[in-house]
Order: sequence, then C-alpha cells, then structure tokens
Amino acid sequence: MSEITPETVRHLASLARILVTDEEVEKLAKELDVIVESVATVKGAVSADTPATSHPIPMSNVYREDVVKPSLSQQEALSNAPDQADGKFKVNAILDEE
Amino acid sequence: MSELHKKPASELAQMLRSGEVTSVQLTELFLDRAEKLNPLTNSFLRINRETAIEQAKHADELIAAGKAPSVLTGVPIAVKDNLTTTDAITTAGSKILENYLPQYDSTVVSKLRAAAMPILGKTNLDEFAMGSSTEFSAYGPSKNPWDLERIPGGSGGGSSSAVSGFLAPIAIGSDTGGSIRFPAAVTGSVGAKPTYGAVSRYGLIALASSLDQVGPVTNDVLDAALLQDVIAGHDPMDSTSLVDSLGQMADFASKTDVKGLRVGVIKQLASDGFHPGIKARFDESIQLLVDAGAEIVEVDCPSFEYAVSAYYLILPAEASSNLARFDAVRFGQRVLPEGNPTIERVMAATREAGFGPEVKRRIILGTYALSSGYYDAYYGSAQKVRTLIQQDFEKAFAAADVLISPTAPTTAFKFGEKLDDPLAMYLNDVATIPANLAGIPGISVPNGLAENDLPSGLQILAAAKNDGVMYSAAAGIEKLHNDKWGKRMIDFAPELEVN
Repeated sequence: MSEITPETVRHLASLARILVTDEEVEKLAKELDVIVESVATVKGAVSADTPATSHPIPMSNVYREDVVKPSLSQQEALSNAPDQADGKFKVNAILDEE
Repeated sequence: MSELHKKPASELAQMLRSGEVTSVQLTELFLDRAEKLNPLTNSFLRINRETAIEQAKHADELIAAGKAPSVLTGVPIAVKDNLTTTDAITTAGSKILENYLPQYDSTVVSKLRAAAMPILGKTNLDEFAMGSSTEFSAYGPSKNPWDLERIPGGSGGGSSSAVSGFLAPIAIGSDTGGSIRFPAAVTGSVGAKPTYGAVSRYGLIALASSLDQVGPVTNDVLDAALLQDVIAGHDPMDSTSLVDSLGQMADFASKTDVKGLRVGVIKQLASDGFHPGIKARFDESIQLLVDAGAEIVEVDCPSFEYAVSAYYLILPAEASSNLARFDAVRFGQRVLPEGNPTIERVMAATREAGFGPEVKRRIILGTYALSSGYYDAYYGSAQKVRTLIQQDFEKAFAAADVLISPTAPTTAFKFGEKLDDPLAMYLNDVATIPANLAGIPGISVPNGLAENDLPSGLQILAAAKNDGVMYSAAAGIEKLHNDKWGKRMIDFAPELEVN
C-alpha cells in the first residue's frame, strides 16, 4: 500500500503554503512514494537507545556580548519589500472577510 | 609555458607580486573570456565587469604600496550565487529571488573583499543548491567544458564549469551533500568541503543548516588550500562557527610525501554501484599510493548503507523550515491571485510560481518527515543514523589518517538522463554525503579519465578539524598523478571555442 496518497500531498502542500495543481499532486504523490519507501530503511537501522545527532560538531550555549551595534536602517530593511507603507512591510489581509 | 589563463592562482599571485602582471590585466583577461565563453557554458548568472575592474585597481594600488593584505590579493574569483553580495543581485538560482539585492555581504564575500580579490561575477547553481546537475536552476543549466552536452555536476556547476573552462582561475562553492566535490569530479577540477564550521555560513542562503559548508573550487590542491586560508576563520555572526584555528592549509598542501601515510579504503564505497572505469582508476590510484610507500588499510563503515536515506530526510526537513522565509513579505517575489486574497493565499501562490519542481518536492518531503506522527520514525531515525555514521568514521580514523573513495559513481551524464528520476539523481551523492552528515572535511581531486574519456574524481576525507591532513594527502596524490600524466588532468580538457 502506498504511504503517500494524493490526499497526503494536498495536506502537506497546504501546510507548506504551496499551491498545487491536480496534475502536480498526482506526480508528486508517485515520486514521493518511491522516495519515502527508499528512505524508510532508516527505521530499521537504529534502535531505541541510539543517541540522535542534530549537529555535527558538538557546541553549546553560543552567546554574543550584549552590546549595541550598528544595524540596518529602516530604509535598508525595506529595500527588498514587495510592498510597503509608512515605513513598514505592507501585506494582504490576514483574516478572510467572511 | 602555459597560457596565462591556465595558470594556477598560486602562480598568478607570484606574478602579481613581482610586477609581471597587474590585477587589472588579469581581471580583464578573465572578464573577456567569461563574456566570450559564457554563452557556451552558462557558468555565470551575472558578470560584474565594472565592479571587478574597480576592485582590481584597488588591488594594484595595495600591491604597489607593498600592502597586499593576502597572498591572493589581486587574483580574480567567481562566487556561487547563493552567497549574498551587496553589489550584485543574488538569486540562489531561484525565480523567487529574481530581483533580490542583498543589504549585507556574506562573511565569505567580505573576506574576499578584505583580501582585495576582484569578484568576476556570480555563478549558476541548482535552485537553492538542490540538485546534482544545475538542471534545476531557474536560469538554465551550466554546461561541462569537457563535453557541452553533459552536466557540469551540481549544485555548484556554475563554479566548476567556470574554473575548468578557465573563465575564472578559482571560485567559491557550497557543499551540503557533495555540491562542491561532485562538480569537481566530473569537470576534472579540485573542490574541497572544509570541516563544518571552519568557514562562516553568514550570508550563505541556507539549504540545510547542519550540513551546509562553503569551500574552494580550483584547478589544483595548493590553490584550494590558499583559498580556504582566505575564507576560513571564526565569525561571531555564525553561532556554529568554529572557535579554534585549523592552521594554514597552504603549509599543509606543500607537504607532498605520502610515505607512511595510513590510507583507509572504505569497504562500502569501493565496490558496488561504481562504473567499471571509475573503479579501475580508483584501483590504479591505490597502487600508485602503495608504490609511493603509503600504507593501505580497509575500513568497514556499515552504517554508510543508510547515509543517503538519512540525508534525504534531514536535508528536506531542514530545507522546508529554512525556505519558510520565502513568504512574499520582506523580500523576493510576490504573486497576487485575483480578487481580494488573504496573506496565506498570496504566500501559496507566490511559492507555487517562485519555486521549481525539485524545491517543491523537497519542501513537501521535509514537511512530511517533520509532521506529527511521522517525526520519530523518519526525522528521528535519520538523526540516529547520523550518530552511527559518526561512530563509523571515528573507528575508521583510529586505523587511518585519511579515507579514500571514488567521488562519484559515474562520469558526467547527459542532460535529461536523470531529470525524471529523483532517486537516481540522489544516488550520485552516495560517496559524498557521509562527510556532511559527520561534519568532516573532504576534497575531490582529478583521478584520471574514465567512461567516455571524461574525468573521474578521487575523494579524500579526514577527521573533523584535520583539514590540514586532508590537504597534505591530496597534494601528495595530486603530485603522484601529475608525475604519471606529465601534466595536470585539466590540461587534457578540450579548448572551448565560440563558432
């Protein structure tokens, strides 16, 4: 049985905020199913007591001095903004009107 | 005497210091070649003639005043387009960043500027460095100078084709699973991935933060070492940056004696899956090392069997969260659907239009690996495999100073060959991925011509923070090869000519 169905892809794409066409959903479901089946071998390679590694070179608590340094001006920070108003990033409505 | 554009950066640097040539002359030479040949190779997304010449003039002034800040001062360089530059659009090969002009320089670029190295331009890559062929660049693929019908490797195929085609003497790349080493192998050049944290990632557009590392792309080992010396060093702007210095790589690269060197051959990367020609060249190199007095030991790394699988869970997971920043709010493209859409619909439409197929595939795969109910089984298991791979390396480096393998299973393949088979494309990286998972340094050096008379590569790995050991071994093997061939492998490459 395939683990990745078109419905799964639709759900994941909506979580990832990517609009997908029906055609893309079908294609992605097939491709991802093959990939997931292959990468799933990791499940059998480890045991419950194997420690996990998230970072290759162990490091902990990297802090910087708490001093004020020059930073981007408001104008610089906005220089790549797709839209702006009153020195702020301008975006579409967050909530639906209904 | 070889032509000026084919000289290694180390020799160009000497000529600059002795006054035989100026940085402006060198920079113009490479700009002219880049402008003439880029229509063939598509190595550069942008060539920055004006700013490069300005930087070259500045370099000449510093050299004339005896104040050159670096050995490589005045040597022009190309930079992969996933490193931010304040004076050039930085796209990461993606349509979503088509017009993005960064507000800050990446630390690596700042270091190149501080060394007064003129930046010729920004090189092509698979979109957000996801790919092994540059076929996933939104701006068309780069071509392999050895055969323009074939891929130059990826993701850093722009830098590898620029350097192997002599459009630039040296270049910068980034390596998450082999994106420096694989392109080097298939173009007959040299590419090194330093120890994780040796080079700052500040201003590197993140793919997978625990795997990404910036490194040199060159035509010989000494140039790679010299360039690593320019770009390495602690950076407070990158919290994963190593605090300790690893020494001067150029000093290590000048030690070429392999007598007594313990060379480990990784059992899992010496047999199945490698093309016959690749395997034959690899066996010849082992014999060359034996004849030169190196000690060969076989090392067993059983967990490597799971490396590609673990990688293709960890990478998409990290990428899916890193690429969440492309939300059409602060920078990048914004696509407005019809009507009066909410911000969420704007994001979804923008990411649909702005991302290519491989990026979407990996974001969705990563979202799956991280989603509730699957997290422990997939992402969690992959992180445990990472520990097992590190343990395999630890044992291997107890028995050997360096480990070797072919860099890639094949020579350069043709465009389109693996485009519709993501899994086949992923398996290219079987030999390069373990180093990223463990954070250790790796380099690919030319290893002779294999299938279709195309270049193959030899990968040399060393323990974490032992980049120097890696450079000494690489320089030693390079010398054995060059003595055998009578010239560098890159000198066998056909001349690029515009009809």
